[in-house]
Amino acid sequence: MKAFLMFRDQDFDLGRKLPWNEKALTQDLELDTLFNAMAFDDKFLFEVAKKVLLSGLNNNLNTILYRQDVLKDCLKNPSIVRDIYGVAVAAIESEKKNYWGFFSRYPGSILSRSVEALQMFVEMLRKLRDIADGHADKFESEGFTTLFAMLKKELGDEYFAQVENHLRELKFRDGVLISAELGKGNKGANYVLRQSQEKKQSWLERIFAKKPPVFTFTVAERDESGFRALSELRDQGINLVANALAQSTDHILSFFTMLRTELAFYVGCLNLHGQLAQKGEPISFPLPTASGERRHSFKELYDVCLALTMKQKVVGNDVNADDKDLVIITGANQGGKSTFLRSIGLAQLMMQCGMFVPAESFSANVCDGLFTHYKREEDAAMKSGKLDEELSRMSVIVDNLTSNFMLLFNESFAATNEREGSEIARQIICALLEKGMKVFYVTHLYKFAHGFLDRKMGNAIFLRAERQADGGRTFKLIEGEPLQTSYGEDLYRALWPVEG
Amino acid sequence: MSFHSILFEKTDGAVKKETPEAPVFFADLNLDQTIDAVSAWKQEYNLKPFLYTSLNDIDAIEYRHEIFQDLENENLLESIKSFAQKMRKMREHLAQADKFYYKYQKESWFLHAVDIYCDAINSLEQDLSHAGLRSRGFLAFREYLTNYANSDRFRSLLSETKKVFEDLSSVKYSMLIKGSSIKVRRYETAIDYSAAIEETFDKFKQGAVKDYRVKFSSGPDMNHVEAGVLDLVARLYPDIFLYLENYCAGNRDYLDETIGVFDREIQFYVAYLEFIAIFKRAGLKFCYPQIVKECKEVYDYEGFDSALAYRLITEKSSVVCNDFHLKDKERVFVVSGPNQGGKTTFARTFGQLHYLASIGCPVPGRQAQLFLFDRLFTHFEKEENIENLRGKLQDDLVRIHDILGQATSNSIAIMNEIFTSTTLQDALFLSKKVMEKIIGLDLLCVWVTFIDELASYGEQTVSMVSTVDPENPILRTYKIIRRPADGLSYAIAIAEKYRLTYDHLRERIKS
Repeated sequence: MKAFLMFRDQDFDLGRKLPWNEKALTQDLELDTLFNAMAFDDKFLFEVAKKVLLSGLNNNLNTILYRQDVLKDCLKNPSIVRDIYGVAVAAIESEKKNYWGFFSRYPGSILSRSVEALQMFVEMLRKLRDIADGHADKFESEGFTTLFAMLKKELGDEYFAQVENHLRELKFRDGVLISAELGKGNKGANYVLRQSQEKKQSWLERIFAKKPPVFTFTVAERDESGFRALSELRDQGINLVANALAQSTDHILSFFTMLRTELAFYVGCLNLHGQLAQKGEPISFPLPTASGERRHSFKELYDVCLALTMKQKVVGNDVNADDKDLVIITGANQGGKSTFLRSIGLAQLMMQCGMFVPAESFSANVCDGLFTHYKREEDAAMKSGKLDEELSRMSVIVDNLTSNFMLLFNESFAATNEREGSEIARQIICALLEKGMKVFYVTHLYKFAHGFLDRKMGNAIFLRAERQADGGRTFKLIEGEPLQTSYGEDLYRALWPVEG
Repeated sequence: MSFHSILFEKTDGAVKKETPEAPVFFADLNLDQTIDAVSAWKQEYNLKPFLYTSLNDIDAIEYRHEIFQDLENENLLESIKSFAQKMRKMREHLAQADKFYYKYQKESWFLHAVDIYCDAINSLEQDLSHAGLRSRGFLAFREYLTNYANSDRFRSLLSETKKVFEDLSSVKYSMLIKGSSIKVRRYETAIDYSAAIEETFDKFKQGAVKDYRVKFSSGPDMNHVEAGVLDLVARLYPDIFLYLENYCAGNRDYLDETIGVFDREIQFYVAYLEFIAIFKRAGLKFCYPQIVKECKEVYDYEGFDSALAYRLITEKSSVVCNDFHLKDKERVFVVSGPNQGGKTTFARTFGQLHYLASIGCPVPGRQAQLFLFDRLFTHFEKEENIENLRGKLQDDLVRIHDILGQATSNSIAIMNEIFTSTTLQDALFLSKKVMEKIIGLDLLCVWVTFIDELASYGEQTVSMVSTVDPENPILRTYKIIRRPADGLSYAIAIAEKYRLTYDHLRERIKS
């Protein structure tokens, strides 16, 4: 039995490896803000949100659409989804509290603990089946339909009856029937627990009564070592069945664990959706296209992390960058360039893991990997100069690149004079484009930005942070040529308005 | 050609096969360490009595060389090892059978022992039949083994054993354990309950999970409840257990004596080959020495002290090899030079090589010709003994006297730093006298001494000198080379280091 809510045909592995640059991504895109909004202080939800978002870059288009459908069902039926999640959590918590970490040297006690744990699980499985019976018709996605159909098929009344029958018989009221052969030294070997086909209570007794010859060995009343030996013999007989039962318990536990893990992502989405809806921020399901295509067009795309921390509504941007490989963003300081770059990265991650995106509409090609190269604080240990540090980071990125990756640069290579910085950046970016990368570059390097403009490339687009004539900022980006000033003077004047 | 022994082609009464005590020179030559290392993992075979026994016949030595050479074939060696392992396992089973208390248990262990024995015989017979054997010893043994394996005695042992096994493995019974009683009966088909459980819960299977099976002590012992059940099982299958009883009684003496002896004696070769494999892995060489009796031209190239080298290899240090040769009238190596330079090691090496050759084994070195001695004498400096009332010098002389009294022209003598407790002049005088006697006897001899004058005694003496590293005279090279003893080697080395030798100075001082 599988949940299969994250993939059509495979489990979601919580232990999967995250991309090597997960720390940089988390820091540069402020991902913790997003994870926290999804988690609502639940550590497990946080963990799952983090894993799903950061590992989403490997998903193919089908997986993205599969999850979008499941998520749409969740948005329609939030309380039913939270109920199912609750059953999984309850099953796991109860097992953990009562039976977890339990380890015994005696098959007898392994068996009896497993019987108890299974009785609890059976109850939880019944609850799941009841939910499936009651609400399956409200769900349309392939993921949920399959899950509910499976629950109905696998967990029929007859099956529950069979399980309960086993659990009763495993208490061995009529004694333990074991078959054996002779091993080395004529010691008993290959002990196998046997079940008679007959159901009547007295079946064991009857078999042994009817067909001779039967010989009986009896342990004398005060023979303590004899009783120990007898119970070891019994334990050897039930060893395999105890193992089978304990393993079944583990399997059912891992079914619940999987169900919980996969639902946790959608519960996180529900949490985030609730907060955004409260603020009146729009969301939409994005239209992903193949990684070889070049598409990036959206309306009212906003930075979801900024939105989560602001009281008022945040500014969204409209851009059509279809068929572009290079997006260069220039313009006024504090004009919303960094926010825009972050919104690009966040939307990409959210789209590729199957979530909705913070925009009125959004379509983009998927990328095979996402790297950020942001300017960093001065190295505290002074181990290397700043440009040195930036270039070494770039070098590591290059080690890990293959085509159709997306790179976000934020004021990179500016730790030197403009001419040199521009030349370094130019050489790097030209090479990246030739190798099939998609690049977003926020920069004040006029020579660098203008150099690309002069080449009149069809695959580049230039965005500029808007400045109104009076020096005010709209935080909107418009398509426009790079300017030689970033309006630092405006800032200066804002602070020292009296002078000149 | 009939087979007697893998160690001796002929076993008439005149040949001494085993010696209980180590020869007296063992400690001086550190051969005790070597032999301990050779036999360390083979205690159960009690190989030392063989390793303590020199052969005094070139043909007997060659008999062993041939067998060693056959065993250099990895496949054959593996076959022998596998045979030995089975025989050991057989003995362990017999020991267990002896130890146990319950009858049916003892009988089963005996049965297993015989089964292992049969397998050992059959496998070895098969292995030898397509091994390219050349040695007299193995060829004769193979013939013996083939005859034995095809004998009626062995054939019927084999078929009886097989039958008992089949019978016992057909025994299957059921136990119903309830309260304090166990009811035992022949097995009748019933559902495997753990399989049924697994099937019921199969739908939840999610990949690997923990193994909850409890490990029961799988020791061979049996408690009285198990034994009690076994007695009942025997009553369920009376014919099978009666046959088992008769089988055990009838095959008490199943083990062939010649095979038993072979199993022990072949370990002489296996042990030695395993021993020298350690050296070969470290890049050192062993060779089959040419053994000579009539002439005394002996040599060995790239030889080493096996006891020292064994220790150095375990410490992962490097081993220094040395060469020596005697030709024409040369008989005596006089070894001098700096202390701690490997002089004693050289002397021991000479003795070890001759001893190991005399028991028919390969010796350290790339190529060697060695002398078939009748006796080997050593005289190494001993601690002063308070109970010995003689002074040290006198003690030295008494011992030398004994040696010279017993030695023949076919003997070897190895002497290490004698006459140290007297003046140089005395020592020189005494040494010359002893040397005279040694040469008179025509002994092969190594003599480690600090008296340089001895080195140039005559045409029978060869001077060997320990050397130091010219770059760093503090370091010993452990190289012993054939060179006049000028007492200068140390000083020369220091001069080399400072480029102040004659040759250097000629170059450095421009005219």
